[in-house]
Formats: sequence, structure tokens, C-alpha cells
Amino acid sequence: MNEKERLFNSGVLVEPRKGAVEPPEDLWQNKKNGLVIIECPQRIPCNPCHTSCPTGAVKPFKDINDQPEIDYEKCTGCARCVAVCPGLACFVVDLTWGDEDNALMKLPYEMLPVPEEGKTVDCLNRVGESISRGKVVKVLEPMHDRTIVVHVEVPRSKVMEIRTIRVVK
Amino acid sequence: MRTRGKVKGLRQTEVLVIGGGPAGLSASLEAASLGCQVTLVDSDLALGGQLIKQTHKFFGSKDERAGTRGFKISEILLEELERYKDRVKVHMNCTATGFYREDGVVSCVIGEDEYFRIKPGKIVMATGAQERLLPFPNNHLPGVYGAGAVQTLMNVYGVAPGKRVLMVGAGNIGLIVSYQLMQAGVEIAGIVEAMDRVGGYWVHAAKVRRMGVPIYLRHTIKEALGDRVVAGAVIQEIDDRFQPVGKEIQIDVDIICMAVGLTPTCELLWQAGCEMVFVPQLCGHVAQRDLFMRTSHPDIWVAGDAAGIEEASAAMVEGRIAGVGVARSLGKDDSSEHSKRLEEYRRRLADLRGGEVGQKICQGLECCTVNEWGV
Repeated sequence: MNEKERLFNSGVLVEPRKGAVEPPEDLWQNKKNGLVIIECPQRIPCNPCHTSCPTGAVKPFKDINDQPEIDYEKCTGCARCVAVCPGLACFVVDLTWGDEDNALMKLPYEMLPVPEEGKTVDCLNRVGESISRGKVVKVLEPMHDRTIVVHVEVPRSKVMEIRTIRVVK
Repeated sequence: MRTRGKVKGLRQTEVLVIGGGPAGLSASLEAASLGCQVTLVDSDLALGGQLIKQTHKFFGSKDERAGTRGFKISEILLEELERYKDRVKVHMNCTATGFYREDGVVSCVIGEDEYFRIKPGKIVMATGAQERLLPFPNNHLPGVYGAGAVQTLMNVYGVAPGKRVLMVGAGNIGLIVSYQLMQAGVEIAGIVEAMDRVGGYWVHAAKVRRMGVPIYLRHTIKEALGDRVVAGAVIQEIDDRFQPVGKEIQIDVDIICMAVGLTPTCELLWQAGCEMVFVPQLCGHVAQRDLFMRTSHPDIWVAGDAAGIEEASAAMVEGRIAGVGVARSLGKDDSSEHSKRLEEYRRRLADLRGGEVGQKICQGLECCTVNEWGV
């Protein structure tokens, strides 16, 4: 087991793979409201990302165990799947946000305290390292079920690394 | 002889369901919906079994209420039960203590002093599972918990078990309980896992990893440290034969939480003389069953973790199947309705078992399933 395998086998994505792909760059650059990134590389019986998608961007599952496949032309970055996914595996990234150095991420969050709009938070990568600061733009609870969708302004260069935030005490 | 408590006469019921978790509740609901009179007994103070501690959202499809938190699913089942309250009699705090093969009577104790005997027409055993524990030096110290106890303290009684936890086992329970502990403000020092990958869903592992929790693959707990209570733990890497190698790592924790698997609760099935078989993939001894979940005993069905360790979503569907099976054998409702429901439930089960984790379950089921018992 090499280091990459060890990381992946413990729940850390190290490279794109089936069920965990990056959006197409050209479409992504100018897509207002952003595109979804789903990191769900294992076959498990679960399909709410598809059944909740209002535009059909998460394609129908032949088998409920299939990894999600995305039709990026249809994704509007609405983040419904971010709020619904039981695995907290959906993240929306809007590259059109703010100036050229910034981007907006819409992240699922279920910890306390609830982040406050306008506050600065730590941005964590897939192994929990704080790699930058971000600013909370909006805090929503779309399904009224205690899963928060946090909109955070982050450095654009870090969007493929940041996967959660930590409230700064 | 001095008799403690009250002894009452022999009671009757068409169907006795033992255990009010996801499987038992589903079996009761299904049997009642097909016209059966059901008695449901559960040893706990509230119905719902382990569901009432599950604060995470469930996987599956809409049929299994994917995206709904476990305790909400329990509430939904109890609302459904309310609709059948004229057909389902519930006894809480009630333990089924024995099955008597000679007359098919089940003995039950409510609390500590009310005893009764009941003669059911049919029985669904939905007795759930018991936690496994690991032997290691000092595992008797206060602060060493099973994951079930930690979840009960936290999510039923609102008590944080400690400040800093070492989780032993990265199956779904270990991963989910770690996440829930973090939600309660408790720090997770690390998760040790003997295998070379997490046993639970990858996404559950990703959730705790991105909050900085290390998962030590191919590691085990060597000993607990502490004088009167847990003050730390020693972990160590293990090789292919699970032998300790490499250097020991000492971790400061006040809680060691074991999530190293479950095993089916099957004493009553043994007592009833059901044909039993040891199936490692289902985590212990389980009853042979047919496609209706009927055991080799013609009046006894089994469902949920008691039939083999699996997710609650599968337990609920198995309970439904057992409920139909019982109603069918009692001649309730028409058989076309039975067939329609069975077809639907079997399709759902096949879907739930189609993934990576489900493969193991399917292998196990091949070792203990018969098409139909000879009459």
C-alpha cells in the first residue's frame, strides 16, 4: 500500500476518479452561480443527489449503487444536492464570484457554532489542514433539517483543496 | 415458595414481534396493515431501537427515506403505528426471556416484577444485535466504552462521555459516532482500523478526515493507560497476520470507544431449535431462512440484525417481508396483494445490497437462505 492508496483508503481523495470528477474548465470559468463537484467514488446504495436535482444535471442512476454522473451543461450551481447529500459529498464552486483572485464555495456544514455572515473562518483541506482564510457570505438551511449550506469567499487558487471550514473562536 | 411480583395467566396473540427496532416496527406495521393482531414487545423504554440515536442522514433511496435522519425515521414509523393502534399492542420495558419448545409459549418480564406468558400463533424475532468488544490490558477501566453506549449517552441523554476520544474501528458505526462526537464538541484524537481501508462508507470517512481526524489504517489498540480511569491509549501498527510491528504510539485520551462490530442476538432462535449456521459475512450465528424470512421453525420468522448484521435500511425492508410472510401464513388478505408487496420489497433489498459493502452481505446470505421450506 503506497502513500496515495493509504490516503484514499482512509477517505482522502488524491486524484479525480469515477464519481469524483472536476468540472470542465471552459464551462466552469464563466458559469454564474457555479458548478457542482461531487466526491463520491465508492459504489454505495444512495441517490438523493439525483432525485433532488431540479434540472436533471445529476444523471439518472441505472443502479442505485452507481457513482453519480453529472451533465455539467445542466448544472446551475443551485446547491440543492449540497443540502441533501447524506455523505456531505457535494460542493459548489462559483469561479465568477468577486474579483479574479476569489471564488465562492457553497459547502455543507453540520457543526456548532453556526458560522456568522461576514465573519472570517479557517478553510480546511481534505485532511483538515487550515490552508487559508475565507469570508462567510451567506448561511442557509435549505431543507430546514439542520444541515447548513455556507457560502464562503475563498482564494480562487485553493478551490480544489478546500473542502470545509472551521469557525474561528 | 415465595413468589416475587405478579404472575398472570396465559395470553394469546396472533403475531408476537420481539424487538421494536427498525425491523420489528416494520414487521409489526406490515402484519397489522394486512389484518393481523400483533403484540410487540421491546426491552427498552422507547420504541425505535438504534434508530433513536441516529442523528445522521440515511443513505438509500426515497423508499428508505434517504436524506432523513435516523431518529426522524423512527418518528415516522411510530406515526404509522398510531394508525394501527387497535391492532398492535405494545409492551415497553418488556424482555422476552424464553421460548418453550414443547408448547410454543414465550415468557416475558415487564420491568423487574411483572411476568407473563404468551402463546403466539406466529413470532417475528427482531432482537437486533450485540456489540463486540476487544480484549486488551486495562480494558476494564472506566472510560472504555462500546460505541452504542457512547451514542446513548450523547444522543438520548445529552451527556458528553468525555473530552478526547480514541475510536477503535472505522466501520460505519466508528465513523458516524466519531462525527457525532465532534458535533457534540468532543475531540477525536484518532480512529484505528485493523484493515488496510475503512470498512464504512468512504464518504463518512471523508467527513471526519477533512476535520483533521487521523485514521490509522492497519493499527490496533495495544492497551489502555491509567490508574483508576482511562488516561491514554497505546496503539501500534500490525502486519498481514495482525501481529504488532513497528513502534508504539501513545495517545492522550480520556475515552476509548470500541466500534469493532456487532453480532446477531439469537438466543431465542437457539432455544426454539431453529437451524442455525455460522456466517462470518453476517457476523455470527444466524438462522437459516427462506425468501419470506421464515426460519426452519414453521411459526418463527426473523428480520433485521438478528438475521445478519446489515444497515437499518435493509432491516426495515426485511421486517416488511417477514410481516407479509406472517400474514400470508395466517391466510390474511389476498395473495395477489402479498405477491405485489413481496416483489417490491425484494427489489428494494436487491438495490440496497448492490454496492461494494452489499457484496459481502450477498455472499453471506447464500450460505443461509433456502428457497422455501419443504412442507
